[in-house]
Amino acid sequence: MSGDPIARPEPLSLVAEQRAAANTAASALTHGHPSSATPPAVTLEGVQVSFGDHVAVRNVTLAIPARQVTALIGPSGCGKTTLLRAINRLHDHTGGSVEGSIKLGDIDVYGADTRPELIRRRIGMVFQRPNPFPAMSVFENVVSGLRFNGVRGRALLRDAAESALHHAALWDTVKDRLNQPAVGLSGGQQQRLCIARALAVEPEVLLMDEPCSALDPIATAKIENLITRLAADVTIVLVTHNMFQAARVSDQAAVFLLGEDRVGELVEAGATDELFHEPKNPRTRDYVAGRVG
Amino acid sequence: MTVASALSRRDLVRAAAQRSLTRRRITGRLAQALCAVAAVASVAPLVALLYYTISRGAQVLSWSFLVNAPTPPGIPGGGISTAITGSAEIVGLALVIAIPIALLAALFLFERSGRLAAALRFSADVLAGVPSIIIGIFAYALLVLPLHAFSNLAAAFALAVLMLPIMIRADEEAMRTIALDLWEAGIALGARRGRVARSVVLRGALPDLVTGNLLAIARAVGETAPLLFTLATPVAAMTLLIYTDGTQAFPIAQETAWGTALVLLAFVLLLSVAAKIAAWRISRRAR
Repeated sequence: MSGDPIARPEPLSLVAEQRAAANTAASALTHGHPSSATPPAVTLEGVQVSFGDHVAVRNVTLAIPARQVTALIGPSGCGKTTLLRAINRLHDHTGGSVEGSIKLGDIDVYGADTRPELIRRRIGMVFQRPNPFPAMSVFENVVSGLRFNGVRGRALLRDAAESALHHAALWDTVKDRLNQPAVGLSGGQQQRLCIARALAVEPEVLLMDEPCSALDPIATAKIENLITRLAADVTIVLVTHNMFQAARVSDQAAVFLLGEDRVGELVEAGATDELFHEPKNPRTRDYVAGRVG
Repeated sequence: MTVASALSRRDLVRAAAQRSLTRRRITGRLAQALCAVAAVASVAPLVALLYYTISRGAQVLSWSFLVNAPTPPGIPGGGISTAITGSAEIVGLALVIAIPIALLAALFLFERSGRLAAALRFSADVLAGVPSIIIGIFAYALLVLPLHAFSNLAAAFALAVLMLPIMIRADEEAMRTIALDLWEAGIALGARRGRVARSVVLRGALPDLVTGNLLAIARAVGETAPLLFTLATPVAAMTLLIYTDGTQAFPIAQETAWGTALVLLAFVLLLSVAAKIAAWRISRRAR
């Protein structure tokens, strides 16, 4: 995949270790307490997603800590993306059925009186391929979510757009062409625009579905930097099948593999450096060592 | 940007989203209802038309109506067999003329992107907008007058001209669903262009080609104006028969018109269903 570094300079466990060390220092500065103490932002319990008779992923129980990066890793087709889309109810429109419980804080995401619109405002999504809205300018793209949510006021939208673009490390690049078509930007810029668009509605959680898979290594590096920085404000759930990317940017990781009956399942979850260093499950060990998947 | 302003903005967005939710839901429901009404309204004329034609036409319909030749006015027991065979012959002939030309022209447009292709595409669009009666008079001037004879050939020619632009654009669209990189993949294997066109492009586009062409045919089957100028007698084609008999005051003539209308409708319906089934079967085999 395009996000892979051409040379693999360091073993996975070492990359994850450096990341963990840097993170402990950072969290000591910002939060003043170890990251494991933060309450989960999203809790999944016994989650299963199926399409008709076909079960895509089953029995996922996972706590996603607030303001950290949680990576969902595993080979293609093991249900990572399917699970990710369940978290903000995107399967409502694809005919997938979700069982088990998914909670955002105390709120049942699939509760009877839970409004999907309000849930999706709080749990944003960035897709595999950059998908800026066509026939909209850079500015219109960034504020589109705000407008959809009934936010009015020129000055307010302008401020929000600037702030979101700053957060997405795109402001300096686009500040002079806010009114130009968004599709004129490069692929990496488009993806950062999509991140800004998602951030503009002030979500608490940001789901990212292989956000670098369509980008070149330089654009990938920029997005990875961005992910690390965003985690100070937003809880990030990142789907990737690039283990090096998971090691570089994530605090927590969850490994998904196909069961014997070709159904995706969660094999092991934990701190990324531990997972890559001393995986408890033999299947995780094989996957991390590159023997399967 | 300060932390405080970021926090207040988060609250603001949350409040706005919450506050506007009811309005947004109502607007959404309204829009959905409008779409449903529009969908029903667009189907209603078809249902009414089918109902009326069937109820009027079914009274006339019988085996002898289909297989007997027309009788002179006032003599009972006449059928519309000549009109049915005439229509089939004219449309069949028109297809033999139009389908190959349209396919080849579409392949040309698919492959080339120059000024000539743009001009051709534009003229096809213009031709598609030409009123069918003008196409009829054109066929009359070109084939009927010089040969001093009305003929099925002249009628088929007129229908072919009518179908050509529709078919060309439908064929091209069908081919466009086969991405250009597949075409290049074939070329890169060392194949000749014609071979790639046949094996990759036409084969992949076949379901859409069938559907597009059958829709063009269904359109041509129902045309009357081009036939007015090219056929000698109204009993030579179904649409012409409907036109002449339907405008007469005699009940018998009108009944014949309704019966013919029903047969024509059934024929077009059959074509559409056949198109769907053919496209479905071909695309299923392709997977």
